[in-house]
Amino acid sequence: MRRAPRFGVWLPPLAPSIVLLGLFVAGPIMWCFYAAFTNSALSGIAARRPKFVGLDNFTTAFTSSDVASSLWLTVVFVLLSAVLGQNGLGILLAVFLQHRGKLLRGVVGTVVVAAWVLPEVVAAFAIYAFLNAGGTLNEVLGWFGLGQNWLYTAPMLAVVLANVWRGTAFSMLVYQAALSEVPSDLVEAAEVDGAGPVGRFWHVVLPVIRRTVVTNLMLITLQTLGVFGLIYVLTAGGPDNRTRTLPLLMYEQAFKFGQIGYGTAIALVLLVLGAVFSLVYIRSLRAEV
Amino acid sequence: MRARTIAAGLAVAALTLPLAGCGGDSAGDAKTIKIVYRNYSDFPQMDTFMKAVKKEFEAANPGVTAQLTPVSSLDSDYLAKVQLMQRSPSTAPDVLFEDSFNVNADAAAGYLLPIDDYLAKWSDWNSQFIPTTKQAGKATDGKTYAVPMGTDSRGLWFNKDIFAKAGLPTDWQPKTWNDVLDAARRIKQTQPGVEPMYMPLGKPAAEAMSMQSLEMLLYGTDTKNLYDEKAGKWVAPSKGFQDALGFVDTVMKENLAQTPAQAEDTQWAQTQMPLLMSQGKLGFMMDGGWYARYWEDGGVAPFPNWSKTLGTTTFPTQHGQAPGKVTLSGGWTLAVGASTGNADASVKFIETAMNKENSASIDVACSWLPVREDVKADPRLAQKDPTEPFWSSLVSFTRYRPTLSEYPQVSNAMDVAGDSVVNGGDPAQAAQKWAQDVAKAVGSDKVTAG
Repeated sequence: MRRAPRFGVWLPPLAPSIVLLGLFVAGPIMWCFYAAFTNSALSGIAARRPKFVGLDNFTTAFTSSDVASSLWLTVVFVLLSAVLGQNGLGILLAVFLQHRGKLLRGVVGTVVVAAWVLPEVVAAFAIYAFLNAGGTLNEVLGWFGLGQNWLYTAPMLAVVLANVWRGTAFSMLVYQAALSEVPSDLVEAAEVDGAGPVGRFWHVVLPVIRRTVVTNLMLITLQTLGVFGLIYVLTAGGPDNRTRTLPLLMYEQAFKFGQIGYGTAIALVLLVLGAVFSLVYIRSLRAEV
Repeated sequence: MRARTIAAGLAVAALTLPLAGCGGDSAGDAKTIKIVYRNYSDFPQMDTFMKAVKKEFEAANPGVTAQLTPVSSLDSDYLAKVQLMQRSPSTAPDVLFEDSFNVNADAAAGYLLPIDDYLAKWSDWNSQFIPTTKQAGKATDGKTYAVPMGTDSRGLWFNKDIFAKAGLPTDWQPKTWNDVLDAARRIKQTQPGVEPMYMPLGKPAAEAMSMQSLEMLLYGTDTKNLYDEKAGKWVAPSKGFQDALGFVDTVMKENLAQTPAQAEDTQWAQTQMPLLMSQGKLGFMMDGGWYARYWEDGGVAPFPNWSKTLGTTTFPTQHGQAPGKVTLSGGWTLAVGASTGNADASVKFIETAMNKENSASIDVACSWLPVREDVKADPRLAQKDPTEPFWSSLVSFTRYRPTLSEYPQVSNAMDVAGDSVVNGGDPAQAAQKWAQDVAKAVGSDKVTAG
């Protein structure tokens, strides 16, 4: 085994990043942990002298029907929009575009990536303009008498679609890179042995890019868990809290209702949810084929 | 995995943290005072006003700069934005445009400076400010933290043309809640293209729903109160609050007011609703007396003949109980931040903003009711807004929100209850959950059933 390099050798070049990470990453997280155990508030006496309240915030969170329903909505949102939507559509697009003409790849690629390049709020307003009561979709559906306020009648579907539209490009790019690394002789050998396109994909390509799939799932899951702006602009968590995922509940409690302590406790619940998802993915990676 | 978890944590922490950092201007710097107020498309009047006051203030106080820091947001977001600024002395305002209902909570938080000593030396404060309006800036500790800019009252605006077509009196004076509902039903039957009524509802309405809808209703029931001054306790649960939610339930179930989708739209009540009124597509609205500013030229919804088309009347009690009508008053104030580096200049700025001439100009611009005796007689008030004498007359029997630091939390709980009923929830259940939320917020020893 090699001896670890001496302290004095690695510390100087790393020091700036350690300080920055400590200041802007570790610091806020530690503060978050601390605040979750207090009744810290935006105003009132608790803003001046927050009191230590032990596990009160967590007891409230775990007995609250609001947190339970938000937790459920968050899981649904992640599964539908990230795992199924972005991931599934991304891999389909990547496979479909492989070995196609330059023009087609260019056109489809540009259209998909365009949504990803847009800033979150701009993308959200674009979707709002498309889905709201007087929006493009309703204008078109109106010709068939099918118009309705989609953001009100099917809010979860609306935010899921928005997130799929916006995030698919990332998965597509990741899979395009992974597919180009799949050795062509493997695929050709399978073809010679009589495997159809689905068989070739399932038995040859997928096992090779398995690690990429898991990494991609992990990245987009964690990203989707934290989605706030998109939902906030589209529905603000409503109507009747039907799209109030954990980040929106956290915002509402901390900044609308001024309960910073309780809001940070919900933030920690979200952190644990992220850890659970990550664990599942890591496990599936360890089970070698 | 750990790295990913930390990455998630980063995202989370970034969202929860009050982003108080980056600052360094203003507070502590005695040469500059920072003035914070709301500026948005539905409320451009304050920006115009502050610019004028700044000019006058700086001319009279050479060497001191009034740095205007307007906050662009809807009313419902303004409070949180300002409170986040107040958490750090480096971003805290020196002079703050503050809703009177929040003065107590912010005073308890130590965000505001008591200004009694300064006011004692201001002759206008002692001679001209109407004593009852001074209450708006006084906290429960007996100290004064804010100077009122204007007050208001609430009632009903109705469209006389629509009422005439529906066969309803154009000098409408409902005596009970049922009279109000019947009028709405009548309009719905006779004029399908017209929305019968509006009252502030839904999550985006926030404090407007709890005060202007739910408390207006609650104060007209036999429960009468949200806070029992004598016992020093909040009245929750109460029959009156459940009945208030019941009224909202009826309105929603019979489609008499805005749809739930409109109620949940963050922009609808600010822009679409006044437009409906100005286009003669809304029967009546239960709201404040300040709408003249919406209907003037250049307002949100210009309405040339509004003073002829619209009538005003008081909102009744539930069954016509004495005194037969209900109104609530609130209003906006100017306060000084506790961490100001120049309290003298900050108070002077407020004195300039609230001198006779400026006080009159902001009351006229915003259609607020005056807080100074010498402004009351200003002919411009009634000239610009012929309904001003009516709204002014309501002040004689008006009521205020409980001035306690827990009030904003009780009000939030009311919004949660109201929002659930707007979306089809059961009023009895919502009222019960509200009582639990209130007990949690103020302590179970501070509530009493009513």
